[in-house]
Amino acid sequence: MKKLSLAIAASVMMLSLAGCGKSDSSVTTIRFLNFKPEIATVYEEIAEEYNKETGVKLVVETAAANGYESTLTAKMATSEAPTIFQINGIRGYQNWKDYCANLSGTKIEDILTDKSMTVSTDEGVFGIPYVVEGYGIIYNDEIMNRYFALDGKKSDLSSAEEIKSFEDLKVVVEDMTARKDELGIEGVFASTSLKPGEDWRWQTHLMNLPVYFEFEDAEGGSANADLDSFEFTYAENFRNIFDLYLNNSTVDKKLLGSKLVGDSMAEFAQGKCAMVQNGNWAWSQIAEVTGNVVSEDNVKMMPIYMGMEDEEHQGICTGTENFLCINQKASEEEQQAAQDFLYWLFSSETGKRYVTEELGFITPFNTFSEEDVSDDPLAQEVVRWMNKEDVETVPWYFTVFPSQTFKSNLGDNLLLYAQGSKEWDAVKAETVADWKKESEA
Amino acid sequence: MKKYAPVFLLPTGAAFIIAFAAPFVMGLYLSFTEFTTVDSAKFVGIANYIKAFASDSSFLNALWFTVKFTVVSVVTVNILAFMLAVVLTKPLKGRNFYRTVFFMPNLIGGIVLGYIWNVIINGILAYAGVDITYSANYGFWGLVLLMNWQMIGYMMIIYIAGIQSVDRALTEAAYIDGATNRQALFHVTIPSLMPSITICTFLTLTNSFKLFDQNLALTGGAPGKSTAMLALDIYDTFYGRIGWQGVGQAKAVVFFVIVALIAFVQLYITRSKEVEA
Repeated sequence: MKKLSLAIAASVMMLSLAGCGKSDSSVTTIRFLNFKPEIATVYEEIAEEYNKETGVKLVVETAAANGYESTLTAKMATSEAPTIFQINGIRGYQNWKDYCANLSGTKIEDILTDKSMTVSTDEGVFGIPYVVEGYGIIYNDEIMNRYFALDGKKSDLSSAEEIKSFEDLKVVVEDMTARKDELGIEGVFASTSLKPGEDWRWQTHLMNLPVYFEFEDAEGGSANADLDSFEFTYAENFRNIFDLYLNNSTVDKKLLGSKLVGDSMAEFAQGKCAMVQNGNWAWSQIAEVTGNVVSEDNVKMMPIYMGMEDEEHQGICTGTENFLCINQKASEEEQQAAQDFLYWLFSSETGKRYVTEELGFITPFNTFSEEDVSDDPLAQEVVRWMNKEDVETVPWYFTVFPSQTFKSNLGDNLLLYAQGSKEWDAVKAETVADWKKESEA
Repeated sequence: MKKYAPVFLLPTGAAFIIAFAAPFVMGLYLSFTEFTTVDSAKFVGIANYIKAFASDSSFLNALWFTVKFTVVSVVTVNILAFMLAVVLTKPLKGRNFYRTVFFMPNLIGGIVLGYIWNVIINGILAYAGVDITYSANYGFWGLVLLMNWQMIGYMMIIYIAGIQSVDRALTEAAYIDGATNRQALFHVTIPSLMPSITICTFLTLTNSFKLFDQNLALTGGAPGKSTAMLALDIYDTFYGRIGWQGVGQAKAVVFFVIVALIAFVQLYITRSKEVEA
């Protein structure tokens, strides 16, 4: 028995010695868990640059698409936990509050243009937004112009820019479908991707509008709304636009359950359709498709009209579900280094150049000027819409959705509705019930 | 000499404890807690197990779907693999080539396979104007087809090895005694093959029960979670709601118990039928 414990003690010592050999205490190391796989290589470059300038070692790790929460959960339990990580808003904060350091009064909080965009509670500021994104209906102006030049068109508008309401849009879209052969397209809208995991454009982004409008109607506005009760007041409006997507698409609505977002973007890029609902992040997906026929100047965006009142003042949906947090379980020194890095990235000349040119972010920091907008056409469209005087943008409100399960159930129901296996009333009733149930879960 | 045993056992023992026993015990413990990461767990008793069954019917639906799938797959995979093995142990021209061809699907990853079959099946169903997510039946038979395509080759190899090791004297004696091909197969070859049958049913049973990648890529559970198998349901529960990781963990423990039970029962039954030649 004595020998056994000796042997164990010896091997434990060996292991711990081996462990010690690895760390080099003279260099401060910060770990960043990146959310977006598509820009991982840029972060690697930034890390190298930052190391050259300051000597601080930045380790960038990237979670696979759709796997951020699982990667974060796994990494947090290790000794190499991320120093900088991301949450998706107030619900994400509730999950990670033990780890989020209070950032109020820090340099990075100080340079925000609008401090109300942060994830904050009465106790402090815990998440810093760093990229503003926008989505709406992306359209190919070349095809639209081809339509508006047709003889005997039913719409009396003369360009897509003049579409200001659901009524306008419906007339144009349905007439375009009727004459799709003349226009050389297979449908007006790209396929409505409804495969589970690929349905976020509908169950999250499209759903954002009716949810926001309903809570906005609450007494005192959305800030005072009771988030646990949701009636789906604007279900008919949601259905308006969703039906329009389904009935005027490149793909028959019974075939949508296997379609991916990538399929939709490829159809748009190859000129098979004129419109697709998506956001500025989709530019790379459009630009990099083989057989791309859409030119940069013709990619435009319009708001998602669904037949609300005063629609001509409705803008595109802008906001963020990307908030940076600093791990408060990291050492003081590492936390400070993380703050310094973020401040450097969003305020120094080198950092800003990477942010606008390589990462292509539209940032909410006052260190960036009007000229610092990336030249990707969708980012410019987002900025154009944000700067319009007479329209109000619809904020990203889906961070209040009760859970991922709520969203995937809604996606499932939308697929069943598209396939004709479920009535709209049932979809509506189940969505309302689900909201309640998931809020309580 | 005996007192040195612990020292020699130490490397394997340590590996076993670190890589198997510790994670298992930890997983078991986590199923009784509410946790975000493994070191922030809060004990909640059996609440997770209650939620796993009571919150909605997804777990029981997935269980029933998985059971149906497993029964059908085990039967079809083993029968087809056995038939192929019988054919490919006959003196055929190019039989090594055929063996390789049938084995190859096993080397392709599940996600890739799922997407490939998704495209193939949808291509066919498109003639009917629908796709694989249109009905749970399409998803079910799609999964069975996929499972067969992937597993048959592997099981076939095991059966071939088994058939080749059957003592030829036994079969020849049977023929001399006037047995037909059929009788020789059922009364001589198959009984001597019981060890292969044990291992093949065990592998198909557990693999069917634990199927995940293929399920995710082929249907993703659509329509409306009706084709979600247990592993996918556990995954969805784990990441579907904030604070529900423990419930997912509880489902995983139940899942483990079921798989272990079925595997033991199956091993016991088929073992008892094994004969010494």
